[in-house]
Amino acid sequence: MFRFLSITTSFIVFLLVSVSLAAEHFVPITSYRTGPYGVNGAPAANGFVDYLKMINARDGGVGGVKLAWEECETAYKPDRFIECYERLKNKGEAGATVFQPLSTGSTYAVLDRLAVDKIPLITMGYGRTDASDGRVFPWVFPLMVNYWSLSTAKIKYIAELEGGLDKLKGLKIANVYHDSAYGKETGPILAKQAELYGFDLKGFPVAHPGIDQKATWLNVRRYKPDYVVLRGWGVMSQTSIKEAMRARIDATKMVGVVWSCSEQDTIPPGKAAIGYSCASMINPGTHYKVFQDIIKYVHDEGNATGPLEEMANQQMYRVGVLMGVVTVESIAKATEKYGNKPMSGEQVRWGIENLDLTDERLEKMGIKDFIPNFKVTCADHEGGAPVKFQRWNGKAFEPASDWISTDQSLVRPMIEASASKYAEEKGLSAACN
Amino acid sequence: MIYRESGQFKTTYKADQAILPIFQDKVAMSLLMLFAFVVIPFIADDYWLSSILIPFLALSLAALGLNVLTGYAGQISLGTAAFMAVGAFAAYNLQVRVPEVPFLIAFIWGGLCSASIGILFGLPSLRIKGFYLAVATLAAQFFIEWLLTNFGWFTNYDSSGVITAPPMGIFGFAIDNPLSKYLLVLTIVVLCAFAVRNLARSEIGRAWMAVRDMDIAAEAIGINLMKTKLIAFGVSSFLCGLAGALWAYIVLGTVEPQAFDIMRSFEILFMVVIGGLGSVSGAFLGAGFMILLPILLNNLGSIITGSAISTETIAHIEFMIFGAFIIFFLIVEPNGLARLWQIAKEKLRLWPFPY
Amino acid sequence: MDWWFFIEVFVGGLLSGVMYSLVALGFVLIFKASGVFNFAQGAMVLFAALTFVRLLEMGVPVLVTMAITIGVMILLAIFIERVMLRPLVNQDLIILFMATIGLNYFIEGFAQLIWGSHVGVLDLGIDQYAAFEVGTALINKFDVWAALIAGGLVLVLSLFFRYTVIGRALRAVADDHQAALSVGIPLSTIWIYVWSTAGLVALVAGVVWGSKLGVQFAISTVALKAIPVLIIGGFTSVPGAIVGGLIVGCGEKLAEVYLGTYIGYGIENWFPYMLALVVLMIRPEGLFGEKIIERV
Repeated sequence: MFRFLSITTSFIVFLLVSVSLAAEHFVPITSYRTGPYGVNGAPAANGFVDYLKMINARDGGVGGVKLAWEECETAYKPDRFIECYERLKNKGEAGATVFQPLSTGSTYAVLDRLAVDKIPLITMGYGRTDASDGRVFPWVFPLMVNYWSLSTAKIKYIAELEGGLDKLKGLKIANVYHDSAYGKETGPILAKQAELYGFDLKGFPVAHPGIDQKATWLNVRRYKPDYVVLRGWGVMSQTSIKEAMRARIDATKMVGVVWSCSEQDTIPPGKAAIGYSCASMINPGTHYKVFQDIIKYVHDEGNATGPLEEMANQQMYRVGVLMGVVTVESIAKATEKYGNKPMSGEQVRWGIENLDLTDERLEKMGIKDFIPNFKVTCADHEGGAPVKFQRWNGKAFEPASDWISTDQSLVRPMIEASASKYAEEKGLSAACN
Repeated sequence: MIYRESGQFKTTYKADQAILPIFQDKVAMSLLMLFAFVVIPFIADDYWLSSILIPFLALSLAALGLNVLTGYAGQISLGTAAFMAVGAFAAYNLQVRVPEVPFLIAFIWGGLCSASIGILFGLPSLRIKGFYLAVATLAAQFFIEWLLTNFGWFTNYDSSGVITAPPMGIFGFAIDNPLSKYLLVLTIVVLCAFAVRNLARSEIGRAWMAVRDMDIAAEAIGINLMKTKLIAFGVSSFLCGLAGALWAYIVLGTVEPQAFDIMRSFEILFMVVIGGLGSVSGAFLGAGFMILLPILLNNLGSIITGSAISTETIAHIEFMIFGAFIIFFLIVEPNGLARLWQIAKEKLRLWPFPY
Repeated sequence: MDWWFFIEVFVGGLLSGVMYSLVALGFVLIFKASGVFNFAQGAMVLFAALTFVRLLEMGVPVLVTMAITIGVMILLAIFIERVMLRPLVNQDLIILFMATIGLNYFIEGFAQLIWGSHVGVLDLGIDQYAAFEVGTALINKFDVWAALIAGGLVLVLSLFFRYTVIGRALRAVADDHQAALSVGIPLSTIWIYVWSTAGLVALVAGVVWGSKLGVQFAISTVALKAIPVLIIGGFTSVPGAIVGGLIVGCGEKLAEVYLGTYIGYGIENWFPYMLALVVLMIRPEGLFGEKIIERV
């Protein structure tokens, strides 16, 4: 009885909710504000939505057509993400423009549906690395950097700290990673670089969720590394930094990945995190025009999604703004070809594939220096963006390096090999249209 | 009035032993099957099929498995998700290593592997009871999760770490759209449900219930405890393994250990408790409840308040409502939704008379 | 064989184990007194820690915060007793266990609903990173403090159960609810006492773990580590919780460091459970637990 009632009620509710909105570009926001990663997902969603609100207020949308969005809570679970995806994919006049799951598990779960539903997926700095080969994965875009490119940038940064790539020889580098598919992803590329540059590499997995890492760091201490690469996510990273200090490993010798690079990771350890550096897709700081615009058009109007402090205090908020930026840029590019009307997923896919963020465009949108230039092509869905490294000084992140480019000569062959293996398995033909 | 049994005489043993002896039940079940197989494909859209009905069916199969173990045989298990993972990985590994194996054989293989692992981890049940046994199954849960994550052999040394499930096809028909997937899962689940119902009515089912009620007494009257308990573990894990393979192949499309973590085990336990321990329909009712509630809350939340309540708050409220419902059910009706349904049926038999 | 390193791992494991037993204590208390395995203990730790840290963040002085949080935990105990325990008196233990699982979810959702889920930094004034240096081994000072606190709590509770009237009443209730009632022991009051004490223990555990890890949702998963401690030590024994904790803490760390080199790292999650399983097979009631007598 109850089940019957609940089915009917939700059916009716669903019918009501799926009434289309007016002529707008529809941006689905599959966020996670709860669950173990909610502390990262919440500011990201806030930044994303704030940016969209700002564009509506400042520019009147994209090409005169406003942006509409809807949030759907996934709690970082792939099955909830699929439910959100299925529910939101046909919303809006032309359907959903693009999805950004902010989760590798969800990326894999939805891969096969994209071509059927004709909706692109942006997985900036995460996701399926070999999707950088757009000929095999026309609908997936690991924009700016993927996991493997990031890894090469990290080694280059360490080389910079040491004084040159040749100084890497003979060093001992410990790779402390989250024991999951995400964590293991960089194993092969690190091994390849170890072989190339002559440093010793050892991997130390941390069991999920990583709140008790004492034994792992005892192991790391026994290894006596010169540098530690930290590949954490969620609560693992802060615990790692704390345990590192307890194991008398200096934070200045620790280099974290993009997803271990937020205040969630550096504030709880307190003084242990001072000197910790990590990778970032964006430049630290909030002095860029885009943030002033967000304050002016969104916060001052009382329309903000989250608290104002998040802008300065949360890396993930700024990453959320970046997510908004790529969404809007892709839609804008698509309108260049298809005209000023609500964009569909297929049209936005073209937009992403032809993204070319030049200095003028960055200047115009107020994001110059905030993000680097990059250009997407059919074969290169990544765009070859460089990586910035930032260091925690106890209060905020400050730049620790210039924009470091990634080593595609190492990464690209591996990507193409993996992608063609996938194409063979699925019987796809790699092509560019 | 409608539900009266009077006038229905059985003249053969076979008729008496039928799984649905009452004529109205037969009609109701046929209508339900008709609805599920014929009507739903016409009226349901992609969203309903892939996000609600298919996960519901896959999880009810897992709940069915756990019901066999916990509801009928009385052995608490918190490692359901691990057995699902074994099923999924075993099916994947078979298909990868022995190409040309039809996926149905791979699913059955997954179930069999899972059954053997289940029997292995069920061995402690011969010495341990109650929630001590639950702890043993927790050991299975964590160990299997670690094993599958850390040894590349299980993922065929895939560089990306998350493997996509191989495509499925029968006699040349590819099973790649929600409708065909739905029909496949529906068929498998209906068959398993009938099988479990029959098992429960059979000698082994009665042995399970005897062990559940008082195992020392059961041993005293001659029931072989070891055989009974291990068969319970085996059957239950087979169903869970099958459910895991379905979950990985059809719902997620990926085979990874993270989808089968301890939260999943708890989820299935909740389904079984809310639905009703020891009943086939309970598994379905519980699964339906657990799947629909978050969606209902999400939608209700956004309708009632626009965006005034953040999705985060809704998720917290969801947790609270789940917890509250479990406590509520345990207080009001420890036998779950299935018992409520049974009571309704009994009232229906008397209606419109009071007694 | 680096002996100093071994000592570091061993002692670190012992200290870590004492912290597990702090959480396990709450379980033991409730089990000893009401026969219920309180799965919600982890959520109670989280709730207590969150209340404490949020009040501190709001600027309330420490002693007042302590008092208020204790008061809140007592209220929680009363609420649990009224809403959950009273209706389920004398039901199967399994039913009660599952009810506490539901309670776990409820408290987790409730705690995060009112207090928010962002991380709370808890500074107890003890430097987390200072360590004693013994040879080349590092023994963390904070861990030693935590061990002392936990040890002190265990001592107090053991004496309490042994020598006070209430302690005896609690043991009577654990034995048989109905018999205790017929002897005149006020069941509801006893339960409120017990759950409040467990709440207090949860608060101490929450404060200690919270300052080590930061107060956030992940703390409630520490409860999962406490379960093997209980199995090994015995569900009904307070000193057993400490011994069990030491065994688990030590075993876990030694396994991760020495065994891990051979079979792969990351085994911390399941090793304590396997250990518990082995103990269960040999001695089903744990090292210090009371033998289970079943009547047919």
